[in-house]
Amino acid sequence: MSETTETQTLPKDLAAEKGLVNVQIDGHWIQVPRGTRMIEACKQAAAEVPHYCYHPKLSSPGNCRMCMVQMGMPPRLAPGQDPEYNNEGYQDIGWMPRPVIACANTVAENMGIRTQGELVEKTREGVMEFLLINHPLDCPICDQAGECTLQEYSVEHGRGTSRFIEDKVKKPKNVDIGPRVNLDDERCVMCSRCVRFMDEVADDAVLGFTERGTHTTLTCHPDRKLDSNYGMNTIDLCPVGALTSKDFRFQMRVWFLKETKSIDVNCATGCNTTIWTRGSQVYRVTPRRNDAVNSEWMPDSHRLSFHKFQGNDRLTDPMVKADGKHEVSAWNQALDASAEALKQFDAAEVAIIASARMTNEELFLTKTLAQVLGTESIATVARDDQADGKLISADRNPNTQGVNLILGTEGSAGRLISIKNGLQDGKIKALVILQEDVFEAAEFTHDDLAGCELIISVAAVANHTAEASDIVLPSSSFAEKRGSMINVTGRLQRLNQALQPPGNAREDWEIIRDLTLKLAGEQNDLFIIEDVLKLLASSVKEFEGITFSKIGDQGLPLIDTGETIPLLEAEKQRINNGEIVG
Amino acid sequence: MDSILIQLLIILVKIVGFTFVLTLPLIAYSVYAERRFAAVIQDRVGPNRTGIPLTLFGGKKDLPVQGLLQPLADGLKFILKEDFTPSHVHKFFFWIAPGLTMVPALLTLCVIPFGSELWGEKLVIADIAVGPLFIFAIASLSVYGITFAGWSSNNKYSFFGGVRSCAQMISYEISLGLSIVPVLMIFGQLNLTDIVTWQANHGWLLLPFTFDDGFQCGLSQFGGAIGYFLWFPLMLSFFIFTVSIFAETNRMPFDLPECETELVGGYHTEYSSMKFALFFLGEYAAMIVGSALIVTLFFGGWSLGFGLDALLQDAQGNWLPYAGLVHLAAFLGKVIFFILFFILVRWTVPRFRYDQLMKLGWVVFFELALINVLVAAVIMAAPSMIERGESLALSALALGTIIFSALMFYIAKTFDKKPKANA
Amino acid sequence: MAEVKKLKRPELNTSEKLYLFALAKGAAVTLKHAFKSMTGKARGSEALKSSGLGLTMQYPEQKWDDQLPEHYRGAPALVTDEQDRERCVSCQLCEFICPPKAIKIIPGDIPADDPWAKVEKRPKEFDIDMTRCIYCGMCEEVCPEQAIYLRKDYAITGSSRAELLHDKQKLYEIGGKRIGLVNKWNEIK
Repeated sequence: MSETTETQTLPKDLAAEKGLVNVQIDGHWIQVPRGTRMIEACKQAAAEVPHYCYHPKLSSPGNCRMCMVQMGMPPRLAPGQDPEYNNEGYQDIGWMPRPVIACANTVAENMGIRTQGELVEKTREGVMEFLLINHPLDCPICDQAGECTLQEYSVEHGRGTSRFIEDKVKKPKNVDIGPRVNLDDERCVMCSRCVRFMDEVADDAVLGFTERGTHTTLTCHPDRKLDSNYGMNTIDLCPVGALTSKDFRFQMRVWFLKETKSIDVNCATGCNTTIWTRGSQVYRVTPRRNDAVNSEWMPDSHRLSFHKFQGNDRLTDPMVKADGKHEVSAWNQALDASAEALKQFDAAEVAIIASARMTNEELFLTKTLAQVLGTESIATVARDDQADGKLISADRNPNTQGVNLILGTEGSAGRLISIKNGLQDGKIKALVILQEDVFEAAEFTHDDLAGCELIISVAAVANHTAEASDIVLPSSSFAEKRGSMINVTGRLQRLNQALQPPGNAREDWEIIRDLTLKLAGEQNDLFIIEDVLKLLASSVKEFEGITFSKIGDQGLPLIDTGETIPLLEAEKQRINNGEIVG
Repeated sequence: MDSILIQLLIILVKIVGFTFVLTLPLIAYSVYAERRFAAVIQDRVGPNRTGIPLTLFGGKKDLPVQGLLQPLADGLKFILKEDFTPSHVHKFFFWIAPGLTMVPALLTLCVIPFGSELWGEKLVIADIAVGPLFIFAIASLSVYGITFAGWSSNNKYSFFGGVRSCAQMISYEISLGLSIVPVLMIFGQLNLTDIVTWQANHGWLLLPFTFDDGFQCGLSQFGGAIGYFLWFPLMLSFFIFTVSIFAETNRMPFDLPECETELVGGYHTEYSSMKFALFFLGEYAAMIVGSALIVTLFFGGWSLGFGLDALLQDAQGNWLPYAGLVHLAAFLGKVIFFILFFILVRWTVPRFRYDQLMKLGWVVFFELALINVLVAAVIMAAPSMIERGESLALSALALGTIIFSALMFYIAKTFDKKPKANA
Repeated sequence: MAEVKKLKRPELNTSEKLYLFALAKGAAVTLKHAFKSMTGKARGSEALKSSGLGLTMQYPEQKWDDQLPEHYRGAPALVTDEQDRERCVSCQLCEFICPPKAIKIIPGDIPADDPWAKVEKRPKEFDIDMTRCIYCGMCEEVCPEQAIYLRKDYAITGSSRAELLHDKQKLYEIGGKRIGLVNKWNEIK
């Protein structure tokens, strides 16, 4: 007996060599790193543990009691007793008679976890019953319905009927706790995720609990409002309908919405997002987890920015100016007119003002357009502002790295000044403006453009530049097109199309391609955006071998810019401190 | 010269009158009658709304008049509907087929006596001496229409319908012809007007009684009391003839050519609009002609019967000027009665199976009609033979008839044997 | 193993084989029926309120409104309760379940000065396209607020598509007030 134990290498020793421990979850042995939380170990074993308060990016107070599981360890040895191993080399597990929470406990060698069984199920049923005692029957009017974990768990783990015959505890409803967030205290399950988020991530601890027992109430600091630019993340965090978005309030039930994975285009960080649409309308934008870009968060200002593409000022038809008035035209006529007009000028008289808000594919086609026109006056508009030390980058253009890589326009502002000078001198007589409002962003004046004989602009929304243009070609918003962008850290990320462009508007890359074709007068084989990326990959060396499927939903690091995202650095710090799982 | 013109004019008036003024509306209204009668049998109402659209002319309410204008509306609809010819059909035959069904049905009308005489003019278009033969000859042509329709439609169901119809009509024409041989033997001629006149004088063939000179039986002229026995073969003739007419006109229970449970719509599946209407009208026209023929041969045609016709004659035995009108009404009344009978049968009897149909025609009716001819002949010959003292020969004849019948029954029985099940 | 029962064709005697008597009997039955039908004495004509010919009711003149069964499914409509509260809270479950996608709801807030402001939500627009509705009653079945019911209105006609688009006002008009529902939103709640 003792001989075999010595010659045979035990699983615990094998695991220990790699810094792992053996854990039995629902009867199956797996190896997980030492120090892993039980709930994470269960996740790795594909055994679902229901939970409310636990969140890997936040500290674990263990106050919802939903994640209770049954735990077992080998019996403690008497002095001098040798451990006994079974045929597989494990010690027998002695199951504890009471459940433990899986979110705050860590695994140990030879530990057993049961996420099923009578004890666990009874416990969950009891916890659910307590949570539902004071919860109102608001589901028909609650915006969370359809994505509410209380709904889901009460179906899976609840008892179905209520035994509670007393009056429910009344709490404040429809509380205005901030400009963008609405609070319903009756629906709150006291998981404290929002409290912890505001404290730990947003660094603006305005939320807290008052009262005790069933009267516990979530409130905002009496002198404050939940007005942090990261406040809306509490809505996503809230497992129930206690915190809801004022912007999305009563707009649409979530089960009608189509989810499209995309990225944010309001700053160089490029937060990963999900765009929620129904029909031809965006209803909301929520952050999507990407540990290399935005963790799970997103600033409110960027989240709500989709509204600027929902007004009545969207351009839906190509327009050509005749006698000082814009007239709706067909695409073919408008493009023909543009090409004809551009051909009247010498190459040196034409300038292109592109945008760092364009995708890599659009920028690449813009470069081709410039080559066909023969001009070297091509510039983008810089947008610099204050960084907020979290997710918002100082560079408010989403694709500055792409511009640098593809157009090679280092110091685009300088180019812009030379174009401005050229306009003032009368050397530049024709302008092609892509996705920019030169009056607002580049501070042009009407005097600057006075000498300009032709302005062609590609724009999604009517603005002063479009108004001043001779030909306006309607394009798409960020939600209406595909493409790729490079964020501040040099990560290549993908935009996906959630909607069709309104009316007769087209995707930008198609417009630039068609204009180039009209000017060059020859065919090319760019039929879908994949073709453009293929061409881009073959001509820019950093893009070699890149396809849309390779970029994937999480993006991939393309170049090294040496820049970091402050929020991610803080998160790393907390992981290292063992405060959060991450 | 003038008299010929007048003759032609009179014939033209007769043609227009009998065909287009009398028969075509009768066809249309027999469709209406069919629908109303069927509805009533099935606890429904039937078309009772189509009336005079007074609201179109500023009236407050439409006048429904029990839906009597439904046939008009139907006709209008048929004319206005798109006349669609499928691309896969044989155009020429597809187009002439409806005409080939309708025209023979109407052609046969020309020998039907509609009445006695109106101001000395016989109420029949063509008073020819081969009436029933003419009708059989012409009516057989309508099978071409149906066969053409089925074949040219280039559709297997239509084709089945056409083939079925063809086989059915050929089969039943035999019993149709044979069944009236005893009748013609009694009349001794083929002129339908004279046949009816005979019935006016001697009583209807199946009700051969007259009361003007006290009770008399028309059949007694064939050897007194023995002649009465002729009534039985005549009854059988009537039965076979009527059933065969059902089969000839493709009416229920013999409407297998357009059996919708098996053949979609039968031979007219691919037809629409007025072409379909022509098939439809042809069918009802055939039904009317069939009724007219039954009435003419067995129920005294236009005669009032029971010696009442004598009231319409002057002392010289000539018809009063208006007698024709009374007779026309009597004739139409009888025809309408038979049309209603046709409809009643349609909504009573379920459809035959095709093998049953063929067996009935070839095994039952054909034999029965043959025997019937012999029996009638023996009965007709009996009085004179007895008079001449040829009783032995008569007995031999009767025996021969019985042996022949027995033989026929035996043959029928052997054919009727079911195939033995495989052991 | 199911029991196999062999049936024999009934043997017919000569008179039955002749088929004639059956024919005559059949014709008599049919005629009798026709006669009864014409005199308004067809079986069940009383109960079915026949017009006097067959069993048929003459529609626009006679109507069977008072004969409609309790569960009859006519036009869907929204109802108010005895508190005069519009019951619909625009949860959009009916819109979700509706098989022909006839229902379209735009949800909206209840303003704070409304006596039922605590309900928070009600439909801003509620359209049922009656050219699409198939009267299946799924909306009634799925409604968590007992707000939509299939009423007994069956003659839904109109001379344009717009007329057959029942908006919120029209739906409450058809639905009217319904007494005796569970009042989830009461003084206590």
